[in-house]
Amino acid sequence: MTALIEIEGLTRKFGSFTAVDDVTFSVARGEVVGFLGPNGAGKSTTMRMLAGFMLPSAGTARICGQDIVEKPIAAKRELGFLPEGAPTYPEMSVIDFLSFCARIRGFRGSEMDDRVAIAMSRTQLDGVRLQPIETLSKGFKRRVGLAQALLHSPPVLVLDEPTDGLDPNQKHEVRELIREMAPEKAIIISTHILEEVAAVCTRAIIIARGRVLADATPAELVRDGRSMDDVFRALTLGEAA
Amino acid sequence: MMPALTVARREFAAYFATPVATVFIVIFLVLAGSLTFTLGGFFTRGQADLIPFFSFVPWLFLFLVPALTMRLWAEERRLGTIELLLTLPITSGQAVVGKFLAAWAFCAVALALTFPLWLTVNFLGQPDNGVILSGYLGCLLVAGAYLAIGAAISALTRNQVIAFVLAVAGCFLFAAAGSPVVTEFLSANLPILADVARGVSINERFAGFTRGVISARDFLYFASFIGFWLFLNAVILEHKKAD
Repeated sequence: MTALIEIEGLTRKFGSFTAVDDVTFSVARGEVVGFLGPNGAGKSTTMRMLAGFMLPSAGTARICGQDIVEKPIAAKRELGFLPEGAPTYPEMSVIDFLSFCARIRGFRGSEMDDRVAIAMSRTQLDGVRLQPIETLSKGFKRRVGLAQALLHSPPVLVLDEPTDGLDPNQKHEVRELIREMAPEKAIIISTHILEEVAAVCTRAIIIARGRVLADATPAELVRDGRSMDDVFRALTLGEAA
Repeated sequence: MMPALTVARREFAAYFATPVATVFIVIFLVLAGSLTFTLGGFFTRGQADLIPFFSFVPWLFLFLVPALTMRLWAEERRLGTIELLLTLPITSGQAVVGKFLAAWAFCAVALALTFPLWLTVNFLGQPDNGVILSGYLGCLLVAGAYLAIGAAISALTRNQVIAFVLAVAGCFLFAAAGSPVVTEFLSANLPILADVARGVSINERFAGFTRGVISARDFLYFASFIGFWLFLNAVILEHKKAD
């Protein structure tokens, strides 16, 4: 099985501060990687580099073999990205916003309409398709962001806190959606919710201060009978001591 | 080029989805109209042309265009949508050109809505409509030049007030560079710079258009001026997008 996401020695410095420090891992088709870590650990920075929003200070990554530094546009085509907080243009309606994203991705005419319709139905947005996004609840806004990431059925998904701020039912829906898509994609999600990792992820990567501290299946992490919480605390605080 | 046009379409629609469009166009039309008839002496001059109108447009744009551009990138940063836009498969350059084209088209709409002045002058006399057309073209190019400066400056800072003030200052620098005050001061003290100042002055170039003279050199000036600032904008964006 070839890896769809290959990260090699990815490093990002802000002045003298190293936000992401020599991170290396790869993700194969069918894997859902839970990206865990305390606030400021470098999760979002790593994801932003993968999505081509930030340039790495050193190292690189490949999305479906396309280098994010040398071929950013080709890499972005293979990737669906949900930025932190799921930003959208508030004055646009759901359908206009998704059509805009589809058009930028090169879809036209009936294919564009089909893509938008499929993405809306997968994220249960049909009921609000004509509403301006600013009038929607947080859960719906998050789903608009998700729909945008799924639009072009990318082989790779990078979702920054996809369930943050959602109620338990909405969280469940999003997790179901991720599970459903998992077999044919390589997915990275970042989260603060440790149960989520056990629920949807096939693999957990814990980072703190920009370094990868653990890379194992959720079952392996809790093998010695400790809870996920304890493992997380031991790893992320242990480093600081 | 297609992604740039898609961005431009979205941006253009966004102007009209918010009160920005109404406020900008109404204020522009009120100021342009009233200045033409009062300070410009449209009636008392007794000449069938739009010179009084064209003489005020660059000065109106000096304040109004930076009001348009100050939010161009700052707003994307505030909403976080810059992260969305620049992780779609488009280059920084395409995003820059798209935003610029939308703002330029918007200025063209504002200018086109001054058509009652043109109707009035045609009703009252027999103006040279070719000269008027070239004047309008000049106005549009001035708007483009100011937009390009303002957009580049707005990519520099998250703060919209700073972006506005710097853009007005930047535009004023190029607007006034050819004015007698500046050129006389320079020819007395730094003669080499006097020619440079006259050469880069937006108002000097614009004056030709209001007289009905459209020269390739002036066109080239505006094209390279706009191109230079858009290029600068893309470079700034590429380096500061994540800040």
